[in-house]
Amino acid sequence: MRLLRIVPDDTRFDFMRFRRISFPISAMLSIVAILLYFFHGLNFGIDFIGGTLIEVETKAGAANLAEMRSTIGSLQLGDFQLQQFGAANDVLIRISEQPGGDAAQQEAVQKVRAALGNEVDYRRVEVVGPSVSTELLAYGTIGLVLAIAAILIYLWFRFEWQFALGAMIANVHDLVLTVGFMSLTRVDFDLTSIAALLTILGYSLNDTVVIYDRIREMLRRYKRLSMPELLNASINATLSRSIVTHLTVSLSLLALLLFGGQAIRSFTATMMFGVVLVGTYTSVFIASPILIYLGVGRTRLGEAEEPEKSPEAPAAVTKPLPSPQRARAPR
Amino acid sequence: MLFFTRWKAAGILLTALVVCLFAVPNFFPESTVRTWPSWAQRHIVLGLDLQGGSHLLLEVDANAVRKERLQGIADEVLRVLRQARVPFTGRAIHGNSVEVRITRDSDIETALGKLRELSQPLSGILGSSGQRSINITESGGLITLTPSDAAVTERIRQAVDQSIQIVERRVNELGLVEPTIQREGLDRILVQVPGLQDPSRLKEILGKTAKLDFRMVDQSTSPEQALASHVPPDSEILDGEKGQKYLIEKRVLVSGADLIDAQPGFDQRNGEPIVSFRFNSIGARKFAEATQQNVGKPFAIVLDNKVISAPVIREPILGGSGEISGSFTVEQANDLAILLRAGALPAPLTIVEERTVGPGLGQDSINAGEHAAYVGAALVVFFMLVTYGLFGLFANIAVAINVAMIFGVLSMLNATLTLPGIAGIVLTVGIAVDSNVLIYERIREEVRAGRSAINAIDAGFSRALATILDSNITTFIAAAVLFYIGTGPVRGFAVTLGIGILTSLFTAFTLTRLIVAYWVRLWRPRTVPI
Repeated sequence: MRLLRIVPDDTRFDFMRFRRISFPISAMLSIVAILLYFFHGLNFGIDFIGGTLIEVETKAGAANLAEMRSTIGSLQLGDFQLQQFGAANDVLIRISEQPGGDAAQQEAVQKVRAALGNEVDYRRVEVVGPSVSTELLAYGTIGLVLAIAAILIYLWFRFEWQFALGAMIANVHDLVLTVGFMSLTRVDFDLTSIAALLTILGYSLNDTVVIYDRIREMLRRYKRLSMPELLNASINATLSRSIVTHLTVSLSLLALLLFGGQAIRSFTATMMFGVVLVGTYTSVFIASPILIYLGVGRTRLGEAEEPEKSPEAPAAVTKPLPSPQRARAPR
Repeated sequence: MLFFTRWKAAGILLTALVVCLFAVPNFFPESTVRTWPSWAQRHIVLGLDLQGGSHLLLEVDANAVRKERLQGIADEVLRVLRQARVPFTGRAIHGNSVEVRITRDSDIETALGKLRELSQPLSGILGSSGQRSINITESGGLITLTPSDAAVTERIRQAVDQSIQIVERRVNELGLVEPTIQREGLDRILVQVPGLQDPSRLKEILGKTAKLDFRMVDQSTSPEQALASHVPPDSEILDGEKGQKYLIEKRVLVSGADLIDAQPGFDQRNGEPIVSFRFNSIGARKFAEATQQNVGKPFAIVLDNKVISAPVIREPILGGSGEISGSFTVEQANDLAILLRAGALPAPLTIVEERTVGPGLGQDSINAGEHAAYVGAALVVFFMLVTYGLFGLFANIAVAINVAMIFGVLSMLNATLTLPGIAGIVLTVGIAVDSNVLIYERIREEVRAGRSAINAIDAGFSRALATILDSNITTFIAAAVLFYIGTGPVRGFAVTLGIGILTSLFTAFTLTRLIVAYWVRLWRPRTVPI
């Protein structure tokens, strides 16, 4: 039976060659993302800035947004947003936090209920007061920082410090780009978004660790290989696994994105971007070359950036890696 | 790597089977499951976003607890000093303390001695913590009493415990099904009522403190005159139902704490809704004394610092029962009776967070979740078969058992499944496959490098397992942090992700190996069909 081979067996792609391009591009994209965050801002949900979220379903046909807008506008509740949410008669009403503490939020909900009357079914009502929203924001930020720190410490134990640092830089860069994506697309930034970010962090590190593991093994085995070649070999060796895994996770996420419903759409879209697009790119083009810049293997034959062709090099690059001495099994 | 003793294999299969069996109760209707023995009844609880219902987070007003404590201390100071016949002036609450000035210097020591008795030692975890409940200082005849922080925290904690009991009673009186009421943090209470669509009545009932007091009306001046000049020190101005002002003594004759029963009813004479109440023996005695001493004078029924009615005492009431009439609707009388029966909250509760999901959205979410899960699983299964053939089949079996085990563990923990939780399971399927992929790709490499079939498989497993452990741990750390900082649906996601990682580690280390080992033993292959 011919099995699907997405990645041929003996790829010898020179990934390291691109590091002179990939680093500047990444740096630029990160700066763009940071600028987006500060100037375009994130679409903070009520979890973090307080307020009221009401999802209604009009009983009689498609919703008349303009009419609803004027009805709610007349209640003098300050800033509010109305948008269609999925089906034609599904409307999402978002009212900003009312001054006057937690009790005032409740009053606002009463007013809206009274104003909309019997024309709508209430699918969902969420009210987050000022005390809870500040807490959630604090917890969310602390959570991200804590996760980064915990993982950094763990990697430090398992690998050398350059690996830990390299992984962190690559993955924080992942998070920065994802936040930029979220700013650009104005997806709702609430607690599920923090969940998405943390999962992206965990999963993308997952990927980096697999490559690092192989690099570490190669460092031990092939003492005379220069760093760029060694890194290339490691990535090529793990390429098949990476592609297959990324495909399976993408398939899962795709199913969630297409069929999981409006309620978790912002979550799955963010995950898709973070895990599939960015995670893959950084593990290969950032996390690995960064090890060279951090000085891993500096004492190797051929030392730092562009080694001259040492006597070993041609054989290593053009032939499959030297294998343990065993008779080849007949095919 | 491929060698399993019979015991080990049996052990692994048994563990997997037992865990999967725990998932079984979820497939039977509630009524059937109830007839099973209690250890078999554990099942997954659907989160509110899947079954619809209300989630209310209430906060106990800590400041009110503090103020009441200070008022209590002030009252005690009055009682103690009067008993000791120590003259004093300027008894007042300033900021966080009660201050009192002893008129005669010679009395200071006596006063301090008596007042120190009010302060009690606080116990820490290992016995006396050395702290006292009230810190008392004196300078130049002015004694300051400040409740210590530890004492205040303890009071708040007690207030929350009490509030939980009272909230439980009120919620039960409303006849709501299976509510969850629990403490959250230092000063918050979480109330979750599945199936509740419109929490307005519940919010109203929980929002009222329902502190009922019976006090005398102060007839020394009229309320308007008191407002204009000054309010007598032992009285205060309170509003009535329609905004009119009353001048009421601060001293409480009888309080609602002594009520045994309260029932809604109708006034005999004019048919209006009223609430009739009954005191316990202590309350009845206090009530009898108060009414005997004050025949012909008006007394006020004060609910949450509002005067509901102020009838004149026509005759002493010795039986310990009476009626409260104000301008109630039938529902208001009903609600008031509920509040009085359940008891007064020690401090006001504010609603700081509310999330209500209707049944329509709940069902939609379940459908969407199921749909996505089936499609996702189908895609991954197909892909694995196409890429790894027979071994892909082994991986699929392992992942299927993995998912069953996730449900089993969730059942064992009576965990809550939310929509993000379902997303977590779908994601776990994608990640769990990774472990198998790592193994299989390694096997392929070993085959290319020239190892024989069995050696390649063996080497594949041993080399890959360390990597699998490392990579999954990082995702697990992220899930753990998320569990710690998340609430509600997000926590559900962290739970399923975390459990999914643990079970996928188990299946990768054991089940896949077991299946491959038995296949090798049975087929004795010379090549690896990968």
